[in-house]
Amino acid sequence: MRAVTWQGRHKISVETVPDPEIVNPRDAIIRVTSTAICGSDLHLYDGYIPGMRAGDIVGHEFMGEVVETGASSTLHRGQRVVVPFTISCGQCFFCEKQQYSACDNSNPSETRDVSELMMGHAMGGAFGYAHLTGGYAGGQAEYVRIPYSDVGPVVIPDGLADDDVLFLSDILPTGWQAAVNADIEPGDTVAVWGCGPVGLFTIQSALLLGAGRVIAIDHFPTRLALAKKYGAEILDYTKVDVREALAEMTGGIGPDACIDCVGMESHGFTVDNILDQVKVKLLSSTERIHALRQAILACRKGGRLSIPGVYGGFADKFPLGQLMEKGLTVKSGQTHVQRYSGELLDMIQAGKFDTVSLISHHASLEDAAEMYRHWHDEQDLYTKIVLKPGLAKGAVSARQEMEHA
Amino acid sequence: MSRSKNDLPDPLILAAAGAGIAVLATGAALWQRRRHRESRGQEETIATDAPHWTLDKTSSRALFGKSVLINRPRAELYAAWMPERFPEFMENVVAVDDLGDDVSQWTIKAPAGREVTLVNRITERVEDTSIYWQSTPASDIANSGEVRFTDAPAGRGTYVSLILAYDPPAGKVGRLAAKLLQREPEVQARRDLHRFKQLMETGEVTTNASPSARGAESPAEPHI
Repeated sequence: MRAVTWQGRHKISVETVPDPEIVNPRDAIIRVTSTAICGSDLHLYDGYIPGMRAGDIVGHEFMGEVVETGASSTLHRGQRVVVPFTISCGQCFFCEKQQYSACDNSNPSETRDVSELMMGHAMGGAFGYAHLTGGYAGGQAEYVRIPYSDVGPVVIPDGLADDDVLFLSDILPTGWQAAVNADIEPGDTVAVWGCGPVGLFTIQSALLLGAGRVIAIDHFPTRLALAKKYGAEILDYTKVDVREALAEMTGGIGPDACIDCVGMESHGFTVDNILDQVKVKLLSSTERIHALRQAILACRKGGRLSIPGVYGGFADKFPLGQLMEKGLTVKSGQTHVQRYSGELLDMIQAGKFDTVSLISHHASLEDAAEMYRHWHDEQDLYTKIVLKPGLAKGAVSARQEMEHA
Repeated sequence: MSRSKNDLPDPLILAAAGAGIAVLATGAALWQRRRHRESRGQEETIATDAPHWTLDKTSSRALFGKSVLINRPRAELYAAWMPERFPEFMENVVAVDDLGDDVSQWTIKAPAGREVTLVNRITERVEDTSIYWQSTPASDIANSGEVRFTDAPAGRGTYVSLILAYDPPAGKVGRLAAKLLQREPEVQARRDLHRFKQLMETGEVTTNASPSARGAESPAEPHI
């Protein structure tokens, strides 16, 4: 089959690789119909995630059709399913508590030692995201083996297009959990750093969960325009002092909840971020936490901080005293996708989410290398890319064309 | 006379002096700490509740112990821990043959494609609680150990602890060689314990077997 592979920093290539096989009784194999490039794939692309090996198949947002099932899979050939990016057994202590991304069985014994050494405990498994999370082949491919297929995959009812439901795999539940973790109370002011796909779903989720207003922060005009379309007030951090603006918009007290949808590769021309950039370049750190620092300082006393943004290790100049003295509550973590799949599918069917208008491009799987480059270099124009194994090489359709179609 | 700008020390020299002071201070602190530790060497220390296999520094331990939480009832796990099932979850156990009288012979993969044979006798069983074993003189590696099953609180299942002592073959060199090849018994025991957990909780041993663009790998075999 054809698959998108990571070959090194800023090196993505589409290769012919062996087809996956059923290995365990609970496995299923799906033929991928749609697979998106995630913001967190950029951390792999930029080489900031340890434990990648040349030749790894990437991608963790995907859906498709079941083509083969193991003896104990509950899926049937021909079903359309969306696959959560987290691999979860459903039976360990963590899965029973619905902390699916902390699954204690999905990271195999061959890879969990290094993960445990780095994090203190072995992380749960995930598709296409380095060997610290299990070393599983990813979904930017024609076929994928799905372990524990009786627990994860969401069977999609007829009549829903791929674009309507694809993001149940990661960014929709990630945005939802980010808002849930902010413990929003009716009328709250919620500030969201980053209007990438996760930020855009966080905005929609926060409003659905009762936020009185959402203030979104970014600097790409297209992304800010999408945030506005989804109901947020917007701030361009290159035009204003974000903390001053947030304070002035909240009578001086600051937002009730702050959500960092940026993660480890913060942008911005500020002293702390320039220092972080230098340290990252000198390989003495992987974390650029400017957005997180700003969120902590901006948040109201006794407020809540939710961190869906991805971080990889130790960070410098973390405002710990500010966090403590202001009495903030912090919630974070990879998404417990399986916990939210059912209710979010219902909400999509009820028309509560706009899951489509953030997609800027559809392209062939064969054009993945070029699409990664665009995703990395042109973040204003490229707000979400969906790869289709079925499309012919070079068949790219952009949002503008879709709107005219 | 006021100091002119030129009298100010070079910032680099200042920084170097600062670093030197830091090194000296650290050295002095370490020296004092060591003296302090030596002087109280004879003192009684308070008995703590740490499991006995966690005492001593890792490098000077004669014992290896590892515990996992398994979300199954204690009796079920005790019943499943039987030599006939070991090849299902012990990666390097090729075969276990029952020699009768609670003695079993284990064929185990060793470095450089060799195999070693363990001959172990179960010396004690405490129903649903623990199993002890001890190698016989016929064993290639002298070893003894215990697997212990304890109820975990709040209906979480069972803590399973594997406690193991052994004489590495060919002394330290053999152990080092085995470690390099990741067949070191401690690493192996830890991994096997996790495989036991996977098998008991999920009904299968977890594998990341999947394709890659690395020619040498099979999509049906696990990889690191």
